[in-house]
Amino acid sequence: MSDLKAPAGDAAGIDGRVVTGEVDTIHGPILYLDDITVSFDGFKALNKLTLTIERGELRCIIGPNGAGKTTMMDVITGKTRPDLGTAFFGQTIDLTKLSEPEIAKAGIGRKFQKPTVYENHTVFENLELAMKTDKSVFASLKAKLNGSQHDLIGKTLDEIALTQRAWEPAGLLSHGQKQWLEIGMLLMQEPRLLLLDEPVAGMTDEETMKSADLFLTLAGKYSVVVVEHDMDFVAKLSGAAGTVTVLHEGSVLAEGPMAQVQGDDRVIEVYLGR
Amino acid sequence: MAPPIPTSLFSRLYGPRGWMVVGAFALLAFVVFPVCNLVLPKDSLFYISDYRVALIGKIMCYAMVALAMDLIWGYTGILSLGHGVFFALGGYAMGMYLMRQIGLDGVYHMPLPDFMVFLDWKTLPWYWSFTEHFWYAMLLVVLVPGLLAFVFGFFAFRSRIKGVYFSIITQAMTFAFMLLFFRNDTGFGGNNGFTDFKRILDIPIATSGMRMTLFMLSAATLIGMLLMARWIVTSKLGRVLTAIRDAESRVMFSGYNPVHYKLFIWTLSAVMCGIAGALYVPQVGIINPSEMSPANSIEIAIWVALGGRGSLVGAILGAGIVNGAKSWLTVAFPEYWLFFLGALFIVVTLFLPNGVLGALQDLWSRKGGKRSDAPPAGAPTNTKVPS
Repeated sequence: MSDLKAPAGDAAGIDGRVVTGEVDTIHGPILYLDDITVSFDGFKALNKLTLTIERGELRCIIGPNGAGKTTMMDVITGKTRPDLGTAFFGQTIDLTKLSEPEIAKAGIGRKFQKPTVYENHTVFENLELAMKTDKSVFASLKAKLNGSQHDLIGKTLDEIALTQRAWEPAGLLSHGQKQWLEIGMLLMQEPRLLLLDEPVAGMTDEETMKSADLFLTLAGKYSVVVVEHDMDFVAKLSGAAGTVTVLHEGSVLAEGPMAQVQGDDRVIEVYLGR
Repeated sequence: MAPPIPTSLFSRLYGPRGWMVVGAFALLAFVVFPVCNLVLPKDSLFYISDYRVALIGKIMCYAMVALAMDLIWGYTGILSLGHGVFFALGGYAMGMYLMRQIGLDGVYHMPLPDFMVFLDWKTLPWYWSFTEHFWYAMLLVVLVPGLLAFVFGFFAFRSRIKGVYFSIITQAMTFAFMLLFFRNDTGFGGNNGFTDFKRILDIPIATSGMRMTLFMLSAATLIGMLLMARWIVTSKLGRVLTAIRDAESRVMFSGYNPVHYKLFIWTLSAVMCGIAGALYVPQVGIINPSEMSPANSIEIAIWVALGGRGSLVGAILGAGIVNGAKSWLTVAFPEYWLFFLGALFIVVTLFLPNGVLGALQDLWSRKGGKRSDAPPAGAPTNTKVPS
């Protein structure tokens, strides 16, 4: 029940080269959404959404309220099942058939819009709980941190600049620090794909720019999808060449480098209501 | 930067002060009580009566239930208002064995329990088979509440029933069981339940020696359960449980399956209640369906809230305070007990959000000039291990 199984018929590996349970990105993108439709009582939150994320890519997704950004995240992480369409993680993992914990174990980490950390646990314990390891009940009962796991937590604490606060309850952190802690928790999961839902909401300008630097170092190592409203932040993240996707009414309105997207007539119309 | 990591299981469970409390309790239960009850003459100042022994023994059984409730409610955030049913089922399993031990000494001097003779039943129902064996009855004590909890929990947690909805269906469950056990043809003695026990393991039950044996057994079980619960809540499993309480979605997206964790602690909690019930019945000498009444289960939640949710010692303390007060007040002012209980609950909810133990700890740390829960922002890295 807990172990991930690649659906038998879909494992397209030649000569059985595909390792079961591993994300196979040899032949293409890390995330592949095709024709995804989700409707709530007739309202189509996602309407034939098609989206591909390449390995190591940092993709920014923007769009007005109600464009379907969060629903898209829900579909990828197993919280919402699409009515139609296919969602694949790598070549072999069918996301529409897995539960949330299974998808998390497969290597997709998700940051919520509202920072969600364990407020009564210390910062250190928050990272410990997120760490990639056997997450079954009895393994947890016997779990003991070894030296290298300790070092890994220490390293992540440095990365998110919370070493000084390691032994304080996470509830005492500032809003921005909680955002970082949550990102640190995602890193501890050693994901292949990071989904960040408005990761700089509520941060000061300085914190926002620091976050942008952090995310830029993550790109390449991980595939990162950032959903964001803050245009300056998106511009900094995507740079001149990075792809930006604009969602509108549940499907992709435009896709391309920031400059091109900003000049697109339809995008201007959606955003400025002309 | 690292805090001192407990080097042994011993120091992980409790610090020196905690172990001293456990040790003092053990000394009381295994030395002071037996001596004062069995050795001292009845007119001695320090003599403890059989009534007192049975009363404290009973309260220790309640304390086990409080521990079980604290694990599922205080630590995991799942409020059960049906824990009485697990307690009663454990009690009934024990009661079946005790009824069989009566043998031919019943009022009717028949091989069947009196209530069955009264109902004109000729043979034991099938589910009474093997209950004459002690080991089988003990198996039932663990398996019946455990299995019921597992099946109930499996469907409830898998369907993601949470919060007040979960509380309500647990309440409905215990009510349904109470109605079932009230029926005479269910085969458990109807509203009279089981009573008039004569022997346990062929030894007469109504003696000081047996009473003290059951008392010490209860104390040992309580200490064992406390240490086991402490072991769980100080493990990573315990941290996952509190994480489920505080942010379940984050737990799920971190790759833990909350259903497995909830099911584990829920079933364990039910088994603890069953064992408590089995120890309770021979000490009070009766088990009947009123133990399954919704009010009883709600009272369990009050013990834990009063003592201090999320603190194991607090839960035990809560069970002790409420039941101690109850046994005194129901004698002194019988008609006011429920008002008192209600007032107690309101006072605790309004003024002691962390229960009695939480308030005591607050007082303690304020006296010592430091507050344990809120170090000022930017304070130097604090290196204490959470107690």
